[in-house]
Amino acid sequence: MARRNLSLIAGGAIVAMLALAAAFGPLLVRADPLAIDLTQVLAPPGRGHWLGCDALGRDMLARVLWGARLSLMVSTTVVVLSLAAGSIVGGAAALAGGRVDSLVMRLVDIVLAFPGFLLAIALAAILGPGLVDLVVALSAMGWTGYARLVRGEVLSLREREYVEAARALGAHPSRLLFRHLLPGLASPVAVQATFGVGGIIIAEAALSFLGLGALPPAPSWGNMLDAGRAFLLVAPHLTTAPAVAIGASVLGFNLLGDGLARALGRRG
Amino acid sequence: MIGYFLRRLVALVPVALGVATLTFALIHLVPGDPVVAMLGDSAGPADIAGMRHGLGLDRPIAAQYASFLWELAHGDLGQSISMKEPVARLIAERFPATLELAGAGLLVAIVLAFPLGLIAGANPGGAADMGAMSFAILGISVPHLCLGPLMMIVFSLDLGWFPLTGRGGLAHLVLPAVTLGTALAAILARMLRQSLVQVREADYIRTARSKGLSAFAALMRHGLRNALTPVITLLGLEAGALLTGAIVTEMIFSWPGMGRLLIAAITARDYPLVEGCVLTFALSYVVVNMATDLVYGIADPRIRFARD
Repeated sequence: MARRNLSLIAGGAIVAMLALAAAFGPLLVRADPLAIDLTQVLAPPGRGHWLGCDALGRDMLARVLWGARLSLMVSTTVVVLSLAAGSIVGGAAALAGGRVDSLVMRLVDIVLAFPGFLLAIALAAILGPGLVDLVVALSAMGWTGYARLVRGEVLSLREREYVEAARALGAHPSRLLFRHLLPGLASPVAVQATFGVGGIIIAEAALSFLGLGALPPAPSWGNMLDAGRAFLLVAPHLTTAPAVAIGASVLGFNLLGDGLARALGRRG
Repeated sequence: MIGYFLRRLVALVPVALGVATLTFALIHLVPGDPVVAMLGDSAGPADIAGMRHGLGLDRPIAAQYASFLWELAHGDLGQSISMKEPVARLIAERFPATLELAGAGLLVAIVLAFPLGLIAGANPGGAADMGAMSFAILGISVPHLCLGPLMMIVFSLDLGWFPLTGRGGLAHLVLPAVTLGTALAAILARMLRQSLVQVREADYIRTARSKGLSAFAALMRHGLRNALTPVITLLGLEAGALLTGAIVTEMIFSWPGMGRLLIAAITARDYPLVEGCVLTFALSYVVVNMATDLVYGIADPRIRFARD
């Protein structure tokens, strides 16, 4: 009997808990993440405020839960957008072949020669802070990896007999792509996208930490880490709460990615 | 061998040109007017036109691009608006600090990765493997951003072993370097393990075993060098990421390097300085990748000859 896929179980459990916390947490913890209470400034964790309060007396638990919502929404949106853009570019390049393919892939190589996080920082700096600009900057960083993956997979899949049969029947290239090739791509793409969500959670938090992402007072984990720096000595809980939230979420997606890769028989 | 080196060097030129062009395009073609951003909404049309002329932004984009490349070729990155100094000089002052941090991070990564990868790969499935790989997945998942402040709390504030922030002697370097290097250590350890596990099955290892070598000795003497090739590739791909990872690490530890300079430039909307910093980071990344290609050729002669 095959060994149980512990990574898949643990990763799935963490991601499910994260999704539940993001969806229902703000409903259960009724505290307003933006409500300022100057009697509770830097209150340590305890009754009433399980994770304590920040420098403006805002409830940290509420802020971490709302932060989960923001982090998950941004990271899944970015992964879906970069996956769509990368699939279209990579798929089209592979199907067109010849000069178009080599021209497009040279362009992808140039973008890849540019460190992704630096590209996101530069774009975020020029576009200015804010959620929409943050999503644009992070998507610009992520699409190239998917373009390469999809191109490679399409090139190998299109030699398969069922694709050749469809082509012999006169199927249009776009029908070939959407009907016959994309379904075959599902498992490698699922693995990469799962790791991708973890990577984008880190990048989003880092950009917000640098002041280039979600604008305060929005409860982003990166903003919270930045705000906690000034109170490291007197209120370390301002730092530990978002740090543990980020680490646990990324761990969840990484374990899930490892587990999926093993379950689908790829890598690992 | 020299031919291989020269060819790699020549191949660097178009990539560097592409990276420079992308940097230029980012600053000059992305929507949003840098001059308005720098002067603020209250600036009058005359001020805006004056500054645009002063920065040469009123010329056609092709002319701007040509002079950008010309000045770049002469090491001239323009004048910083906020600090009133040549951008190249500001960067030259900060770059050594970033290199020191990235180099120390790389050292930490290698020193941690090798024992972990070897322990795990020499006996896959064992308890040591499980332990090393659990550490690795944790190391990959906890970003600089979280590890840095957590280590500051434990090792600077609670235990008082290391200074909290700033650059100075070796003691100042430890926490930032560990922060920066841990994720890379984890990635490398995983790759080394996987690579060793594959090499274990190779025919030449079986031959060495049949000649009486122990499993461990056969792996160390014959397997390790072959197992290293993918590790070096990955090291090259990820070593560049140390440079950009340094941006966040420098902000956490108030490390006076290029990363802090870049963020200060962004905050001050000092576009010539932003452009210079981005370009320097990107070109360093390209150079690191090329250097890895060279090391790769030394470690695995097959690559050198395949391309010769």
